[in-house]
Amino acid sequence: MHIAEGFLPPAHAVAWGVASAPFVVHGVRSLTREVKEHPESTLLLGASGAFTFVLSALKLPSVTGSCSHPTGTGLGAILFRPPIMAVLGTITLLFQALLLAHGGLTTLGANVFSMAIVGPWAGYAIYKLLRRYDVPLMVAVFSGAFVADLSTYCVTSVQLALAFPDPSSGFLGALGKFGSIFAVTQIPLAVSEGLLTVLVMRLLVQSSKGELTRLGVLLTKKQSRTETESEAVTR
Amino acid sequence: MSRSPMSKNTKINVLLLLVVAALAVLPLALGLGDHKEEPFTGADGEAESAITEIEPDYKPWFSPLYEPPSGEIESALFSLQAALGAGVLAYYFGLHRGRRQGEQRALERLGDDADRPAGAAAEESTAERA
Repeated sequence: MHIAEGFLPPAHAVAWGVASAPFVVHGVRSLTREVKEHPESTLLLGASGAFTFVLSALKLPSVTGSCSHPTGTGLGAILFRPPIMAVLGTITLLFQALLLAHGGLTTLGANVFSMAIVGPWAGYAIYKLLRRYDVPLMVAVFSGAFVADLSTYCVTSVQLALAFPDPSSGFLGALGKFGSIFAVTQIPLAVSEGLLTVLVMRLLVQSSKGELTRLGVLLTKKQSRTETESEAVTR
Repeated sequence: MSRSPMSKNTKINVLLLLVVAALAVLPLALGLGDHKEEPFTGADGEAESAITEIEPDYKPWFSPLYEPPSGEIESALFSLQAALGAGVLAYYFGLHRGRRQGEQRALERLGDDADRPAGAAAEESTAERA
């Protein structure tokens, strides 16, 4: 989903930058508030960022005969809500743009918009919706991570189609072209990301019950029990 | 809590990893890249060629400030990225596992102390230390 350096016309690059900036600024505020009010969550915040670091470095082969990578943004969005992922995703994209020549500074706004804003929000929305209808936690986590991953690549396809409409078939023709490169390749990878996110969430349920309850990931039905449990353990 | 060599929990976790591995290996094993001149290149690169197909005159107007001088350096930096992330994750889970074990031991000791007369418990703990 990384649009390469210089591959968006200046007007598009600026427009996506302007669209992304408020989300990232708001995210930085939420992040500093979270760290100030709950210093104990710093470690889990770090782990969420680390998950994005690992997954976005994993280039995996896919059914289309090309390679792509997951984004890892679903986990943090589910745990800490999407604004915080806008920051963690931007940090990952900056690392890759500056050190790996993967993505770029002129396309940072567009890449942040797809991976650090739309992905986390779409995944979080699906997760919340499923939880509202009492879908089991892990099914909701899988769906959230899957949607966060896939929607990121759909946004990239739209961004490229807007910048480079096909001379004969226009925006939709280009969308089909970029969509077949990105979105189709991404489907099995989004499944992988969903499974890995479920794995990490299972480990978190084992290791960090108290934290997950405070963040509202574990259900309120169990809240009283797990809270006393974790309190007994932390005292 | 069962502490058998592999609990049901662990089995499910291992199964999840196996499915992810299978999803990554199958496209290679089934030769799904064979129809391409260069199989399993990056989708990002394919998008770049699609752009030049649609607009042959398009020239990137900005180039990366730093570009890894070779494929080796690039893969080294990618591994560094993954290693940093994996290290932080491992630290997180290791720390929590250690904390839980320590707390469990402390609780067990408290329980032992309550069951026995104070002298016996003290003897026990000194014996343990020695």
